[in-house]
Amino acid sequence: MIEVRIHGRGGQGAVTAAEILAIAAKEDGKYSQAFPFFGVERRGAPVQAFARISDHFIRVRCQIYEPDHVVVLDPSLVGTVNVVKGLKEDGVVVVNAREEEMNHLSEELGDYDVYYVDATSIALDELGVPIVNTAMVGAYVRATGTVSLDAVKDAIRMRFPGEIGEKNVSAAERAYEEVKEL
Amino acid sequence: MGEVHVVNGNYSAAEAVKAVDVDVIAAYPITPQTPVVEYLSEFVANGELDAEFIHVESEHSAISAVVGASATGVRVFTATASQGLALMHEVLFIASGMRLPIVMTVANRALSAPINIWCDHSDTMAQRDTSWIQLYCESNQEIYDTVIQAYRIAENEDVLLPVMVCYDGFTLSHTLEPVEFEPEDEIREFVGEFEPIHCKLDPEEPMTLGPVGGPDSYMEFKKMQHEAMKEALKVIPEVNSEFEKRFGRSYGDGLIEPYNVDDADVVIIAMGSVCGTIKHVIDEHRSDVGLIKVKAFRPFPGDDIRRLIEGKDAVVTIDRAHSYGSMPPLWTDVKAHAPDVEVSSTIAGLGGRDIRVEDILEVIEVAEKGEGTDEPVWINVNV
Amino acid sequence: MKYTVGAVIKEPGSTRRNKTGSWRIFRPVLDHEACVHCGRCYMYCPDGCISLDPEKGYVIDYDYCKGCGICAKVCPVDAIEMVLEED
Ligand code: SF4
Ligand code: SF4
Repeated sequence: MIEVRIHGRGGQGAVTAAEILAIAAKEDGKYSQAFPFFGVERRGAPVQAFARISDHFIRVRCQIYEPDHVVVLDPSLVGTVNVVKGLKEDGVVVVNAREEEMNHLSEELGDYDVYYVDATSIALDELGVPIVNTAMVGAYVRATGTVSLDAVKDAIRMRFPGEIGEKNVSAAERAYEEVKEL
Repeated sequence: MGEVHVVNGNYSAAEAVKAVDVDVIAAYPITPQTPVVEYLSEFVANGELDAEFIHVESEHSAISAVVGASATGVRVFTATASQGLALMHEVLFIASGMRLPIVMTVANRALSAPINIWCDHSDTMAQRDTSWIQLYCESNQEIYDTVIQAYRIAENEDVLLPVMVCYDGFTLSHTLEPVEFEPEDEIREFVGEFEPIHCKLDPEEPMTLGPVGGPDSYMEFKKMQHEAMKEALKVIPEVNSEFEKRFGRSYGDGLIEPYNVDDADVVIIAMGSVCGTIKHVIDEHRSDVGLIKVKAFRPFPGDDIRRLIEGKDAVVTIDRAHSYGSMPPLWTDVKAHAPDVEVSSTIAGLGGRDIRVEDILEVIEVAEKGEGTDEPVWINVNV
Repeated sequence: MKYTVGAVIKEPGSTRRNKTGSWRIFRPVLDHEACVHCGRCYMYCPDGCISLDPEKGYVIDYDYCKGCGICAKVCPVDAIEMVLEED
């Protein structure tokens, strides 16, 4: 079982990112769970969302304390929130950041396996708004292989039917291509 | 074969309500149940569900409206949580006293004060004695399956009691997971057309509902309600196994679901979504532990539970509610039916306090040490 | 008594069988000579047991009259007297 924690700010779509992962897992024939950090969401405030993905039905229902993977939707969260809290030793971090930001971010992210992509630019290009969740899911699946890109594309289309879905698919595809390992 | 969708628990409930072809819905939104109301009004608005959606100004009105609608002989639904359920309180007795087969979902949530929107079972436990059947769910699939079965149970001629389908707020209501939805025509065939049995308000054939029952008759009607509850102990397993034959899913016998109990030295008795985490702990850490998931809290399958716990080294209950100044409700019911068995009592997960793997391990430890038999042990608490 | 499920009463109007007149201690007696046919007693009777008979004028149905005395109180000409029931 893979446990993923997604850090974002209220309004960036962290919960939707977790949901897309869960739906994609089902498209790949796997079992999944997605849930928000149970609380009151306020725009701009740091938020978390979680996903579990497994080959078997997932019974455990407590929150995730020791994730395998962490996705960070907003680089400004690194340092503000302990985004690697509880992350397993061989854990992976996928962060939305530009190459030049990575110098100081890498200090905070320790010895983990870190991937980065400029998802904000991709989202602005493809969607016209800085909502980076779909791009970051694309980058995440490239970095970890937890689910397939095709399944992610299907899940995005289910979640956002029509033109907006296609734009988000493009964002995910681009981030999938552009993500780099630190 | 059904189709698998990745949905949250509120959606599972709404989908089941649509599948059974409910005629009248009246509900008032409250966190964490709100999306149920939103999904259903959407289904009605876009024509997927041919039902009357009554917009009401409070939960008291919501339950009153479904009482009235049910009395006219149609299938009804309402949903609520927490303070909303508390506001319904007086009408809950009327619904059960009039023996109306109403189905209501409750996304379990704590009660104020302090203000708290998160999960525990205080809301439904406070309605324990309203003569509603109470069924608790562990997963979103179980919510869907249980809402469907609830109509068969409520409308059974020997039962005719309202049913509360309870599921944990946020932990299920706001968590997405795969759920298999069956074809609607098959569900409709399974539940059948609703035929009013004991009453139907109809100007052509007038009858009196809700009359006075004085000291000369009130007790008889109340004893009949108790006997109907006892009948439900038979009907719930029948519906559970018929559902299993048709759709391939079941939850123990519909009343309790034992997990690894035969091989266990220690048995945990619990309700709701925490049962999933307990099964996980049994699988991953403690194969010597078993679980009795209590799905039906009313009627209470006490004799079945007693048979399973007799002779075990240690038995412990987890309550997500408390009866302040005494012992918590699940423990009390277990002890009432198994007075000779030592049963430890724990309280966990009030107001959305997460029940973690380590907390379950602590519960097991409480049982093994024989603590909590005359005073509940509070798990993961700082005072 | 038959105890139906949910205390449902399927026979409409069966409450008429409950003759509340037996609760009466004082009986209203209407003096037709004095009555000016204002209809107040008829309007005020909480049990609806005063009716207008085309021949006799206002009459009281003693099967249901509970003897509350409201009719006697509202009558403007004191045409109704409350008398103690004999037994
Ligand atoms: S005494 Fe009361 S009940 Fe009887 S007729 Fe007069 S008003 Fe009606
Ligand atoms: S109130 Fe008196 S006067 Fe008027 S109708 Fe009755 S008995 Fe006659």
